[in-house]
Amino acid sequence: MKRIITVTVINQSGVLNRVTGLLMKRQFNIESITVGHTENPQISKMTFVVNVEDEQKLEQLLKQLQKQVDVLKVNDITEKQIVVRELALVKVASPPAVRAEVNSIIEPFRASIIDTGKNVVTFQVTGSPEKIDAFIDLLKPYGIKELTRTGVTAFVRETQKVNGPQLSILK
Amino acid sequence: MMKLTVEETEQVYEEPITTQAPTQLNGADVFIETLKKHQVEVIFGYPGGAVLPIYDALYKNPIKHILARHEQGAIHAAEGYARVSGKVGVVIATSGPGATNLVTGIADAMMDSIPLVVFTGQVATTVIGTDAFQEADIIGITQPITKHNYQVKDVADFPRIINEAFHIASTGRPGPVVVDIPKNMATGLFVTPKEENQEVNLPGYQPTTTPNFLQIQKAAQAITTAKQPLILAGAGVLFAKASAELAAFAEKYQIPVTNTLLGLGGIEGNHPLFLGMAGMHGTYTANMAIQSCDLLINVGARFDDRLTGNLNFFAPNARVVHIDIDPAEIGKNVPTEIPIVADAKEALEALIAHSAPNGNTAAWLESLNISKEQYPFHYQASVERGLLPQQVLELVHEYTNGDAVVTTDVGQHQMWTAQYYKFNHPHNWVTSGGLGTMGFGFPAAIGAQLAKPDAKVVSIVGDAGFQMTLQELSLLQELRIPVKVIILNNQALGMVRQWQETFHGERFSQSLISVQPDFVKLAEAYDIKGYKIETFEDAKVQLKEALESDEPVLIDCRVVQKESVYPMVAPGRGLHEMIGVKPE
Repeated sequence: MKRIITVTVINQSGVLNRVTGLLMKRQFNIESITVGHTENPQISKMTFVVNVEDEQKLEQLLKQLQKQVDVLKVNDITEKQIVVRELALVKVASPPAVRAEVNSIIEPFRASIIDTGKNVVTFQVTGSPEKIDAFIDLLKPYGIKELTRTGVTAFVRETQKVNGPQLSILK
Repeated sequence: MMKLTVEETEQVYEEPITTQAPTQLNGADVFIETLKKHQVEVIFGYPGGAVLPIYDALYKNPIKHILARHEQGAIHAAEGYARVSGKVGVVIATSGPGATNLVTGIADAMMDSIPLVVFTGQVATTVIGTDAFQEADIIGITQPITKHNYQVKDVADFPRIINEAFHIASTGRPGPVVVDIPKNMATGLFVTPKEENQEVNLPGYQPTTTPNFLQIQKAAQAITTAKQPLILAGAGVLFAKASAELAAFAEKYQIPVTNTLLGLGGIEGNHPLFLGMAGMHGTYTANMAIQSCDLLINVGARFDDRLTGNLNFFAPNARVVHIDIDPAEIGKNVPTEIPIVADAKEALEALIAHSAPNGNTAAWLESLNISKEQYPFHYQASVERGLLPQQVLELVHEYTNGDAVVTTDVGQHQMWTAQYYKFNHPHNWVTSGGLGTMGFGFPAAIGAQLAKPDAKVVSIVGDAGFQMTLQELSLLQELRIPVKVIILNNQALGMVRQWQETFHGERFSQSLISVQPDFVKLAEAYDIKGYKIETFEDAKVQLKEALESDEPVLIDCRVVQKESVYPMVAPGRGLHEMIGVKPE
């Protein structure tokens, strides 16, 4: 099962290495990883997507991460209400004949054109990984020349869905 | 290995020798000062180019330093010292090959949770990453085998890093911490940092030591309702210095106790509630108790595969309580109903203080006592067969009254020692469990003897493992410390031979070593008295004499090669499927 895990760490050299090394040692497969510092420059946040076999393996992963001296906080946010964003840069074959058509396709995705050549256009698109998948699928027929994705970064939303008796009272 | 001369060092690092005012401290001076603050009594190490400034400071401001003859010897000695003394073992080696020679010891300490602070030299920060002479990325190399590691990047951080290293190594679940010291950090002038910059500042490291009351409550209820409870005590009991509490807990609730290999000594070897060691070569009674118990209380053990056998068959009827200071160990291998994250001592105290009524365990204890009588360890001795390793170990136990500090490597001799030596006291057992390191036992005995100068320290080793670190005989020669080295010499890699006999159709591939040094002459070359024992009759006389000596001795016991460790749980089998339980 795919899980989104955020790890808050002390921002010092070697910490990314330590976390990815730990995942490798314990045979976890990282699908994507993003890192950057937070509002406090001494603290960084990593968001990674991993594939784990079962609950027990997941628990082990969270505990092993938590055990690292430089790790402040570990969260599995997969089942929370979250904002998940990824950015992709896509270079598409777009000769003048089809350029208008291509440009109209991207409009609903609110992608932007960031570079244009004679026969190619580079788009930047942000959104959930599913949205980006869909965007790429639509552009495929025109010929994708180059593609790069950042991997997801995520936030827990302010308001969480409440599961419990309160909800039925409200209804 | 080539070590650097002073001239070469200066060429490589291209740093002018700074003449400094005598009052100004450099990084190396501060290093020694900080070690003294931590009351470091002894350092195990080996100098080299990158640590010359450290050794220079040590010359001016001495702390006892043991010069091993190989870095691996130094770190295993530090491990032996740490295990027996309960203090942090301190190691220094130079950069590159000096540091990489420590890797086995660091991994060993990580697996067996031994508190070490390991200082490695490093090339100057100005040349790190240029493949400089004797440069190795020891931070990268040791990252997966340390509890934490540091590289000093600012001289002002030196005291804080050392303070944190000692704190991390010795608290929570102990383990090795590496501090990598670039040469210019040791020579760099020390500017006193603000007080707060020297203090331990580890927001991400807060081990839980006090048990959760609700969990203790649940465990106590489980004890009351259990008919067939069992305590599995590991090394966590020893690290928490909780042997007295373990015995009190077992006695109060009348629960039998078994040990892991590393947990031996946590309860007295002859305690009536003690069933012996469990696991691959444990007692039949202990293993069957695990398989039939209805409540398994794990205190500071990690359910290692050599203990559990095939997990699918492990303790099938048991509710599991697991007390461990490392939350990541709970539920890792065995599903746990009642997890208790705590220091073993505090958890046991809480359980002892709890007023839960005892369960009725009389019938259970009775059946286990019968089993103990029916299934003792066994071997078949005869004059024709020759000297058996088990006979040697029974004599060692008899002549030292179970009071000796005993160290081993890994393999047959280790298992026989665990089976036949009954420890009266905790902290007297030093063995390489998790990593299973050949060559560990002898240098570890040197460290153990330094920790307890008045104790009888016996190092039981195999002929093959001993030859991996025997260069440390120099230390016995130099220090005249009375370590007793007993080689159970079967001219083979005993455990490899046993597995080849049992699982590989008696194809003894590379496991029989018929060409050996004359160990007695070898001992004499180091000015140590050597004995060669070939019969049980000789053993009774000479072993006694050797063990009573106040000098270091080496005893080459020529034991039967074709002798296997039994009983045994074959790999992949459950604990209930032991073979060799009764004599044939």
